[in-house]
Amino acid sequence: MLGDGILKGMAETARNFFGSYISKERLTTVEYPEHRIPTAENARVFPFLVYDGADGEAGLRCVACQICEKECPPKCIYIDKSTDKKPDYVGKPQFYPARFDIDISVCMSCQICVEVCPFEAIKMDTQFELATTDRFGGLLYDRKELARSNEYYHSIHPTEATEVDARLAEEKAKVEARAKAAAEAAAAKAAAASAAPPAKTEGGS
Amino acid sequence: MIATSAAANPFFMNLDQIFVLLRNWLVGFLPVALRPAAGVVLAVIAIVCVFPGLFALTTVFERKGLGRIQNRLGPNRVGPFGFFQPIADGIKSLTKEDIVPFSANAVVHFLAPLVLVVTVFMGFAVLPMGRNMVLVDMDSGLLFFFAMGAATELSVFMAGWSSRNKYSVLGAMRAVAQMISYEVVLLLSSVAVVMITGSLSLPRIVEAQNQYSGIFPHWYIFTPWGLAAFLMYAIAATAETNRSPFDLPEGESELVAGYHTEYSGFKFALFFLGEYLAMFSISGLGATLFLGGWSAPFSFLQFVPSWIWFFGKVMLSIFVFIWMRGTLPRLRQDQLMNFAWKFVLPFTLLNLLVTALWRFMGEGWQRWVVCTIILAAAYIVMGRLGMSGRHIGRRSYRYAE
Repeated sequence: MLGDGILKGMAETARNFFGSYISKERLTTVEYPEHRIPTAENARVFPFLVYDGADGEAGLRCVACQICEKECPPKCIYIDKSTDKKPDYVGKPQFYPARFDIDISVCMSCQICVEVCPFEAIKMDTQFELATTDRFGGLLYDRKELARSNEYYHSIHPTEATEVDARLAEEKAKVEARAKAAAEAAAAKAAAASAAPPAKTEGGS
Repeated sequence: MIATSAAANPFFMNLDQIFVLLRNWLVGFLPVALRPAAGVVLAVIAIVCVFPGLFALTTVFERKGLGRIQNRLGPNRVGPFGFFQPIADGIKSLTKEDIVPFSANAVVHFLAPLVLVVTVFMGFAVLPMGRNMVLVDMDSGLLFFFAMGAATELSVFMAGWSSRNKYSVLGAMRAVAQMISYEVVLLLSSVAVVMITGSLSLPRIVEAQNQYSGIFPHWYIFTPWGLAAFLMYAIAATAETNRSPFDLPEGESELVAGYHTEYSGFKFALFFLGEYLAMFSISGLGATLFLGGWSAPFSFLQFVPSWIWFFGKVMLSIFVFIWMRGTLPRLRQDQLMNFAWKFVLPFTLLNLLVTALWRFMGEGWQRWVVCTIILAAAYIVMGRLGMSGRHIGRRSYRYAE
């Protein structure tokens, strides 16, 4: 009959109207500034630099290899390589970025810098409340502003960070083992050398 | 009229007449010569204050209600539960820039919102909002009301035409076509009431309904012809006030905002106000004609002040308007016209015949049966035939494809 569809629709909206007062599940609204949903683990906004230990300056993993700078599609990364070197996490002397700037007004959050970094030094942040009153300086992040601790990385991407840590530890162990082997070999060589040379010198002269 | 002892209580009688007494008391301070004029001015001030106040309340209730219908929260930021939202909206619309398009006809563009609000306010003059609470007890109040209602179409077309914007003109043309089509229905459905009451005076129409059989009132909606006329009136009223599902004149999806596209700031707010006031006045007239105006729904509730009933009925109608807006999608222009001319108008004309039959069949159960059967059968048959429409299949192209 004419109009029964309208009545059915009205019943449905009435059910919604009263239901929204009774069952909280119907209301999907999250009142944002006061309440918020935890961000998804794979969320990504803009990159940051990871550092180990407590000091954001000394512990920076970045070795200023400039791969990310070259790969960045919108060219939002600017790196100045240092002139001196400092030891990295395995103790090998490496360059460090004297200057590392990311212009987040240019960055397109593609994550390519993260994928190309061989040192696990640059990762994606989940922080999205980045509004600022200064659209030039306020959106140009320098090395200090970009540095975040490894613990912070763990807190935002726990799974990924654990994998990264395991990989780094493995590498470090390998390097140490190699160093140890090299040291042993050197020691053996030295021992052999200390035993052998007199005869040799004698024989040679 | 007051039957029960509770209603005869002087306290309730005074409460019922509180606004009339207040006006008389205030007017009493003036010299006798000025009293009639001062009384009218006071009543006008009351109307001009009360209805925009209701408008402010309605906007926030509408937004919250629509939100709840869609399982949202609705506005809840300004003040407790968002109830100060209209104040924020008012400040915003007052402080916004008033833009008049360069090529617009500035005078007409300026006048259009004023004409709308003024004519809509005029309609309230003849509405009885309570016992003895009518600004002008005109013998032809209904006619005056419809004359003023028709003038709102003028303002809509003024707005659309003077903006010199294609969306505005399209919206205005749609609005005029729609309003004129449904104006006919609105009038004819009210004529049924006039036929039974024999009066165009709205207070008299309310008095005619303010009688009780047992506890039940003699409202016209409780008769077959009255129910039919009320339904047709409600449909026409929705179309007259450009409310969803008949809100084509301001169809956002195709016309930006329709006839008030080029209005901003307070002029836009006036259009908004005018639309809501039209809703109030047309709901008030519907309540007066079919829902017994200010009379109580049960005889034992007569002690409740009459103005509470009137405003209660108006707000109930507004709630239904909002409910429909939250439920129904917008019609297409051809569907709108088909519905007006092929279903609503013939049915209203038939209802006039049925009303005449009711009038001349005299008291008794026979007229109930006969009128109900005629109307129900007509509704079903016309619904089947008139509105089924041709089922148009997939379009086939001769050369393309």
